[in-house]
Amino acid sequence: MKKIDKERLLLGIAAPVLALLAAFVVTSLVLLATGKQPFDAFQIMGSYGVKSDSQVYILNKATTYYLAGLAVAVGFRMNLFNIGVDGQYRLAAFAAAVVGGMVNLPGILELPLIIIVAMLVGAMWAGLAGLLKVGRGVSEVIATIMLNAIATAIISYLLQPGRLAHLDANTNSVHTTVLPKSGWFFTFTTNPAAGPIEGFIVVAALAGVAYWFVLSRTRFGFDLRTVGQSESAAQASGVNVKRMIVTSMLVSGACAGLVGMPTLLNESHQYATDFPAGIGFTGIAIALLGRNNPGGIAVGALLWAFLDRTSNWLEFNGYDKEIVGVMQGVIVLSVVVAYELVRRYGLGRQQRRVGEQLAAAARNTAKQEQEAAI
Amino acid sequence: MTAVRSTSVEGGGGRRAGMSATTTTAVPATAPKAPQAKRGRLSYPVLLLIFAGALLAVCAVRAITGAQDVTSSGQISGMLQMAVPIGLAGLAGLWSERAGVVNIGLEGMMILGTFFGAWAGWQTNPWIGLVAGILGGMLGGLLHAVATVTFGVDHIVSGVAITLLAQGTTQYLAKRWFNTGHAAALGGNPKQSPPIKSVPSITVPGLSDSLLTIEHHHWFLVSDLAGILGGLVTGLSYFTVLAALLFAATFFVLWRTAFGLRLRSCGEAPIAAESLGVNVYFYKYAAVVLSGGLAGFGGAFLAMVPSHIYNEGQTGGRGYIGLAAMIFGNWRPGGLAMGAGLFGYTDSLQLRSGGPAAHALLLLLVILLVLLAARKVYRKSYRQGVLSAAFAALLLVWFLMTDTIPNEFVSATPYVATLLVLALSAQRLRMPKADGKPYRKGQGK
Repeated sequence: MKKIDKERLLLGIAAPVLALLAAFVVTSLVLLATGKQPFDAFQIMGSYGVKSDSQVYILNKATTYYLAGLAVAVGFRMNLFNIGVDGQYRLAAFAAAVVGGMVNLPGILELPLIIIVAMLVGAMWAGLAGLLKVGRGVSEVIATIMLNAIATAIISYLLQPGRLAHLDANTNSVHTTVLPKSGWFFTFTTNPAAGPIEGFIVVAALAGVAYWFVLSRTRFGFDLRTVGQSESAAQASGVNVKRMIVTSMLVSGACAGLVGMPTLLNESHQYATDFPAGIGFTGIAIALLGRNNPGGIAVGALLWAFLDRTSNWLEFNGYDKEIVGVMQGVIVLSVVVAYELVRRYGLGRQQRRVGEQLAAAARNTAKQEQEAAI
Repeated sequence: MTAVRSTSVEGGGGRRAGMSATTTTAVPATAPKAPQAKRGRLSYPVLLLIFAGALLAVCAVRAITGAQDVTSSGQISGMLQMAVPIGLAGLAGLWSERAGVVNIGLEGMMILGTFFGAWAGWQTNPWIGLVAGILGGMLGGLLHAVATVTFGVDHIVSGVAITLLAQGTTQYLAKRWFNTGHAAALGGNPKQSPPIKSVPSITVPGLSDSLLTIEHHHWFLVSDLAGILGGLVTGLSYFTVLAALLFAATFFVLWRTAFGLRLRSCGEAPIAAESLGVNVYFYKYAAVVLSGGLAGFGGAFLAMVPSHIYNEGQTGGRGYIGLAAMIFGNWRPGGLAMGAGLFGYTDSLQLRSGGPAAHALLLLLVILLVLLAARKVYRKSYRQGVLSAAFAALLLVWFLMTDTIPNEFVSATPYVATLLVLALSAQRLRMPKADGKPYRKGQGK
């Protein structure tokens, strides 16, 4: 039994390692083809990435990415493609910023209020897609893509001076009312030179633990995974598939609502036109990279944050920082191919082993029969 | 175990299969489908009548509200220009999905098309640019085919990955190729290519002018027709003509040739096709690579006809909209063309800041909803009838209280329309039966 587990572990690690190798090779080829030295680039990235201020930056950035990865992974575990995390987190952060800017409560009420508003709005936006799927049979892929675009339109309509935003005369930027100080999340500093670590990392870690617990230790999680593996089997064993679809979209959306919070509560304290967009798609990449496993997603989020951080330094050293985008794309594509290859290899091995066992058993019985005949 | 793995059990058919997968488990899926499909198809006279009715309604709305832009030639030619890339993306999706491969990487393949089209286009001429754009898109299609057909990766996962890869690669290459030397001197920068020469276009001499004169008289129906025709014959780009021919060719190849029959059989029942000696892998590869080429054409069109330039983020999700148009059109070229036209119309409205025109169209929506309500009441489904009437009343109030629609709402219209149409008709649509399902050679043995 133990031996098989070790083998599975090896196979599990093989895929990401293969993918990273492929990414290194392809990126090197691209760099060489455009007349740049690949190994220097990797060295620059490596040495810059371990500096203490880089580490803090990476942790802060990874917090956001981790939450996005979790939000996508909840759907993935159930075979639901929530492409709409992008719209959900932006709409959620916008609503939370507006509500947070309107009221001024003590921190113990203000922060939960903002976070709950964000989760509710995110859940509502995702839930719409879930309802359309179970009620009207609309694919969640198309529905969430449309909802992304609609969220963009809603935000750009409301984020205008005179509606829910103000024009900053100094910077000429449009933003919502700045959150009161009570709505700022705590930060902590381990190394004064490196800058503060955002406190929301604690919430992200808790979300990761909750994800692990709910999916692998509760009945809800079991049902969810069952639906993901086979809808008909789940239905036959008494799971209400429709309700599971809506519920998991709601959970995924609520988690997506948290994605904008590190930025809102720890960095910008307002929703402006330059609020980061597109993190939902990064979340898809990270969930794929981490195989929907809370630990794996953490590794993926850290890797993505590391690549982001070091890209600027590459630019400083005469490389083009856009090479990191190539790297990320290659990693995602090769990781999904590598997972499939490894899965097939494992399946083939298993089949061969079972086949051998069966053949051996057949030989044994044949032998026994022969002996009995003699 | 994971999404990647579990989808290969139930199939990426989780897509759009929400209803069917949960309800049809016990129903034999063969016999009762045929009559339903027939009921959904409209005969040509009925279709023409519906068109005529719609045209009359639009004319009436223009006459009542005085929003001349509803049927102006500028609006119509704008619509055509915006509809072509969406239509080509939809056509790309059609090819691929008819062979059973969901292609959500269309967006990425369009990006490749815009980039390579512009790259070759600014150095030479638009025609070579077009070829380069198509080849770029084909490259993306080939990648998707390798991942999904050979390696059996989930189609949606692979599509998302290809879009990410296309974005990353073109951003890198744009900086290397458009921001240096001669290109930079001509106005290129990391996010933009140097300008490309115009694609030659056709304007029918005499006809366009006379149509324009008629249009300016604002006669009921006559001017509307003149506006629509004028929009279709004035400044018609050769690329647009080529795209229209591709629609016809697609219909012919897929529905009237042996090649098309075999290709579609791979999307409906690959194992059965295999047992009849069809090389399923070959047809899937051909379909997905062609699909990439069509998406690349859409991208190249976008870079060269409406704008003469490559811009980062130029596709703006049109690959996804193309997919939506294809679903809207029930996986058939005619319906897809209509869907693309609808999206193109709203896109054009937004570009021309057609707040007043969009406002006028609210009235059209009210008329349609009233008709729908009457039909529902006639069919004795009172609840839906009342619901439609209530919506009509609400929209009418909105129409009367305002005189324009904010541009942001206009830009959201195609997306809302898609959602509404899908919500109303998703159960009538029939996608290829093995669409998105994994297939491996030798499964039939």
